[in-house]
Amino acid sequence: MSAILTIADSTLREAGKKRVLLASLLFGSAFLALFTVGLTLIQRDMMSHGASLLERRMMYTFVGMAGLYVANFLVVMTAIFMPVDTLSGEIATGILQTVASKPVRRSSIVLGKWIAYAVVLAGYLALMAGGTIVAGRIVTGFTPPGIAIGLPLMALEALVLLTLSIAAGTRLSTLAGGVTVFGLYGLAFLGGWFEQIGTILGNGAARYLGTIASLLMPSESMWQRAAWFMQTPIVRDLHMSPFSPASLPSEAMVAWAVGYVVAVLGFAVYSFGRRPL
Amino acid sequence: MIDPVLTTRGLRKTFGAKVAVADLSLSVGRGEVFGFLGPNGAGKTTSLKMLLGLVAPSGGEATVLGAPLGDVRARAKIGFLPEHFRFQDWLTGRELLRFHGRLYGLKGARLEARIEMLLARVDLLDAAGREVKGYSKGMLQRIGLAQALLNEPELVFLDEPTSGLDPLGRRLVREVIREARAGGTTVFLNSHLLGEVEATCDRVAFVKEGRVVREGMIAPDGSCEVEIKHAGVLPSGVLEALGRLGENPYPDGPGIVRLRAAGDAAVPEIARLLVERGVPLLGLSARRPSLEDQFLEIMGDDGRPG
Repeated sequence: MSAILTIADSTLREAGKKRVLLASLLFGSAFLALFTVGLTLIQRDMMSHGASLLERRMMYTFVGMAGLYVANFLVVMTAIFMPVDTLSGEIATGILQTVASKPVRRSSIVLGKWIAYAVVLAGYLALMAGGTIVAGRIVTGFTPPGIAIGLPLMALEALVLLTLSIAAGTRLSTLAGGVTVFGLYGLAFLGGWFEQIGTILGNGAARYLGTIASLLMPSESMWQRAAWFMQTPIVRDLHMSPFSPASLPSEAMVAWAVGYVVAVLGFAVYSFGRRPL
Repeated sequence: MIDPVLTTRGLRKTFGAKVAVADLSLSVGRGEVFGFLGPNGAGKTTSLKMLLGLVAPSGGEATVLGAPLGDVRARAKIGFLPEHFRFQDWLTGRELLRFHGRLYGLKGARLEARIEMLLARVDLLDAAGREVKGYSKGMLQRIGLAQALLNEPELVFLDEPTSGLDPLGRRLVREVIREARAGGTTVFLNSHLLGEVEATCDRVAFVKEGRVVREGMIAPDGSCEVEIKHAGVLPSGVLEALGRLGENPYPDGPGIVRLRAAGDAAVPEIARLLVERGVPLLGLSARRPSLEDQFLEIMGDDGRPG
């Protein structure tokens, strides 16, 4: 356990030095500032035009979901690209030779790095999604419903991508690993849309295609489920925004995503344990 | 060999069709400074990585400190300086040692005291608070050497430890190796700087195309390696008696005994002893070739500069 914590501590400190995290924070701050200013302008406009409470709620839900969507996208990018070189980069440079020759199990190295990046992502998600929600609350007095369910689902989505990114680093170069995981994310994203459109059109084949994509990569389905919970029922049920899923990913898909993280992490441990250094 | 800390038999590593190490069979005794020599591409680094558990062998057997390769508990007693020591360059020298010390399970005042002692020993106390990305190549080798000795290892693997060092740095490394040996540490030295090996090692193995092609002792000033060829089985007590005329006599295959003698003058005494003990003597020779002579002889003329 102490080796895991030592690796986690070192990785956390290293993450703080990474430019990708700095870039994420900079763009995140810019996004929050833009979101707050934009929402303030919309709020003033709606108030001056005497919009009804229902109209305002619908607009706040839409803009709030747009903000959460961008926050989610920033977290996704950070989850893929920040840890992608943590193993592959240190294998390539030889840093891991001196680390792995110490009395440390290889599994401790993988788990220590995974824990550290999970902590960083949790903090980043809290900052981005939390910042969006707090800004919305301050400007409009409106808080999206279901955030106690939605935010953990967004965290689970980030964990899926983080775990895949670390697992890819046990076998692939940094660039190949990043491209592979981003490609899988794209596959899931497209699959999620096919599933939604298939549901709306009653096209079973398109819907099953999306479900298969979600099984292969359950990241997008976690966002779809989170988005469903974080919208007011009227906007959600009438599909009044592009963030209103026509097909709600099931609880079984959440269990699948959790199992997916555990299985991929297990693969990462297995794969790194057999990797020549 | 008495009390070997490292033994391999037929150790082999292949990467697809490429044979990196064909048949590594050697033994290293406790307290020795053992030189591992060979041209570039001979399989030295891959062998070393197998012994450290960084690369899984494709075949053969080996034990290090009495445990199978890669054993976590054995690694607690092992130090390692890779040829190209890489590191988290945002750490200071002191932080780097603290990180590696924690990986050894060291902590608190004991770790801090060990860090300060080693920083002083490798002459980096004044640079210990600076980030290592600003270190010169020689300073990196020295901080790497310090991290390899953090756990007061029983066995330390040094892969080209004097690479990139100036003469003062090389002397420092030689002194540290001698101190480690005096403290009971076994040193496994992988180097192609034959002068360094000659100055520090007790015994060497020459590796060619992934095989140990010769093992032998290094002759200190004026000393020579004596080879005894005999018929039959060596009578009991002869090895011990030879130990009084030279250092570390050991059987090196059937009918061959080697030992290191202080000089040529010991050879007649060895011959007298063997005859008195009734050893059917077939041959007795003493040789003092330089390591470079041996290297060139073993590697042959087909060797291309690396």
